[in-house]
Amino acid sequence: MKIKQSGAAIGLVAVGALLLSACGSDNNTGAQGTSSSLANLSVECGGKANISAEGSSAQKNAMDIFAKDFQAKCQGQKIAYTKSGSGKGISQFTAKQIDFGGTDSPLSKEKGEVDKAAQRCEGNPAWNLPLVFGPVALAYNLPNVNNVVLNGELAAKIFSGQITKWNDPALAAVNPGAALPDKKIVVIYRSDESGTTENFQTYLKTAAPQAWTKGGGKKFTGGVGEGKESSDGVSSATKSTDGAITYVEWSFAKNAKLGIAKVDTGAGAVELTSASAAKAIDGAQVKGTGNDLVLDLNSIYGTKAAGAYPLLLATYEVVCSKGYDADTTRAVKAFLTVAANASASELEAAGYVALPETFKKKLTTAVSAIA
Amino acid sequence: MVRPGDRIFRSLTSGAGVFIVVLIAAIGIFLLLRAIPSLQRDNVNFLLSRDWVTSDPANLRFGIIDLLWVTVATSVVALVLATPVALGIALFLTQYAPRKLARSLAYVVDLLAAVPSIIFGLWGIQVLAPQLLPFAEWLNEYLGWIPIFALGNVSTGGGGNIFISGVVLAVMILPIITAVSREIFERTPTAHVEGALALGATKWEVVRTTVLPFGKAGFISAAMLGLGRALGETIALTTILSATDAQPNYTIFDGGATFASRIALGSAEFNDNLTVGAYIAAGLVLFLITFAVNALARTVVAGKKEYA
Repeated sequence: MKIKQSGAAIGLVAVGALLLSACGSDNNTGAQGTSSSLANLSVECGGKANISAEGSSAQKNAMDIFAKDFQAKCQGQKIAYTKSGSGKGISQFTAKQIDFGGTDSPLSKEKGEVDKAAQRCEGNPAWNLPLVFGPVALAYNLPNVNNVVLNGELAAKIFSGQITKWNDPALAAVNPGAALPDKKIVVIYRSDESGTTENFQTYLKTAAPQAWTKGGGKKFTGGVGEGKESSDGVSSATKSTDGAITYVEWSFAKNAKLGIAKVDTGAGAVELTSASAAKAIDGAQVKGTGNDLVLDLNSIYGTKAAGAYPLLLATYEVVCSKGYDADTTRAVKAFLTVAANASASELEAAGYVALPETFKKKLTTAVSAIA
Repeated sequence: MVRPGDRIFRSLTSGAGVFIVVLIAAIGIFLLLRAIPSLQRDNVNFLLSRDWVTSDPANLRFGIIDLLWVTVATSVVALVLATPVALGIALFLTQYAPRKLARSLAYVVDLLAAVPSIIFGLWGIQVLAPQLLPFAEWLNEYLGWIPIFALGNVSTGGGGNIFISGVVLAVMILPIITAVSREIFERTPTAHVEGALALGATKWEVVRTTVLPFGKAGFISAAMLGLGRALGETIALTTILSATDAQPNYTIFDGGATFASRIALGSAEFNDNLTVGAYIAAGLVLFLITFAVNALARTVVAGKKEYA
């Protein structure tokens, strides 16, 4: 008994230390402890204390923000998100090892994932909830040239080797003001398999079907340029190579202070900002049924809306619509509600975009429909 | 007469010997079993193709010729740079340096072996590559007529080439080669050394006539240990080498991937057994190469055992 008591004492001390350190770390994140969007939010906390999730590494930094918010909002509850890969996230989810999976592409019917997920959810369908959006920047290194404008077709031609010089007439035509130098374009791509590459190639295929004929997938198939490992690798290689261009998550391009190309979708050049990315999310159409919010990527990548930045990485959480036990249901719903309302400025600093209001409503409707 | 201690010790040592053989055999069999299904579905020549497309398990196209080139080239560059330096350090520590200095210097060299390879990788691409760029460009410009110094298939300025990788690998294998050869040179029989001195040999002549012949076999073994490390080095080369789809020019300024770094690059999204099998097949080839190199070294060493 004595042992137990001292154990409890240690537990108390540990909790106290955690609370104190939580207070300490709040200072770095913003003026108030939690962001204003969260402060007024009512969340039905409770249920099981530890949620487990796994999958896409593209979501990891956003998940860290959500995890911090969740802990602050629902005292004593935690989420552990393991970054491994989208495929692993789905297989771990269907094997009932985790509570929800994170993935860059929704459950696929052809691969049998939809059926397996339904089995895991006791015969109820699993939903794909697009929760995390990260813009991908077309980042370049051209000293003294700032306002490069590209469009889908030019990007496709550059990344497949059809345009090899910065002063190519086709580039000059959309950049009338800029003094583009007579330099070779060095394409830098991700040499490791990644969801960023997959989404980028899907974008090229959607936005410029004639110019991009190289296919898609997680491995870069453009056939030109030099590959570097990881987002950090491509951004630092671009930084050190004169005339280089790459596609990389927004935060890496910003941190490396690279030039970020504006994208012209037909309604004028659009700069990559939280607002322009959010506009593209707003215009996204759902092709899933009911609360299964599978996005029609054509509606994002092919957007013609003025002021909408089309090149976004959309990633999903795969959850059961029904079939969790009561504790898990409550905790997962609480977590997703907190996550959907995460602070825009924190997300932006980590290279993501907060959900725009109308889209958030769609998502929270789906979350509250989980039974 | 056999005491129980003899029996126990004998069975323990032979158990350890059998265990390592079984372990190696098990690794080989595992690699083979996992590789075969993918090799059967390979749509191109596994040994001669330059393709590496494994994302669609229904249409696997993978070959190792480029991986083989980059793996062998980086290791050879590393070995060419590291062995003379290691030989020099080992001779200095055992023959020339005062004992106290030798001991502390040996520690410093051994410390190199404790640096994590990711650190070597980042140092190589971010610090060393820009520093060596003038030298690399000079090689390109003035010695470019020698095929191995010609322009490669990636930009020399980026630094992600075989040359930089080889230099970094050389630093990484230096402590291994030095440590082993130091131990061997130290064991040169005193009678040999004193005999040579008595005949009026100078220090250099002692090294040439006694230490080097005695230690030759051991030094080759040490170099082979280093080569094994270089062939299998993963993270440092994954960080340094620039991948490329272009045809290699077979110069030390080519980019690409080694067997090990290709596996590391693909490992983030291993979902399908056939895809994994393709990478394992590459691993199998690396396993066989290391095996062949070691076997070759053994036969060389066997012919050079002058002190036996």
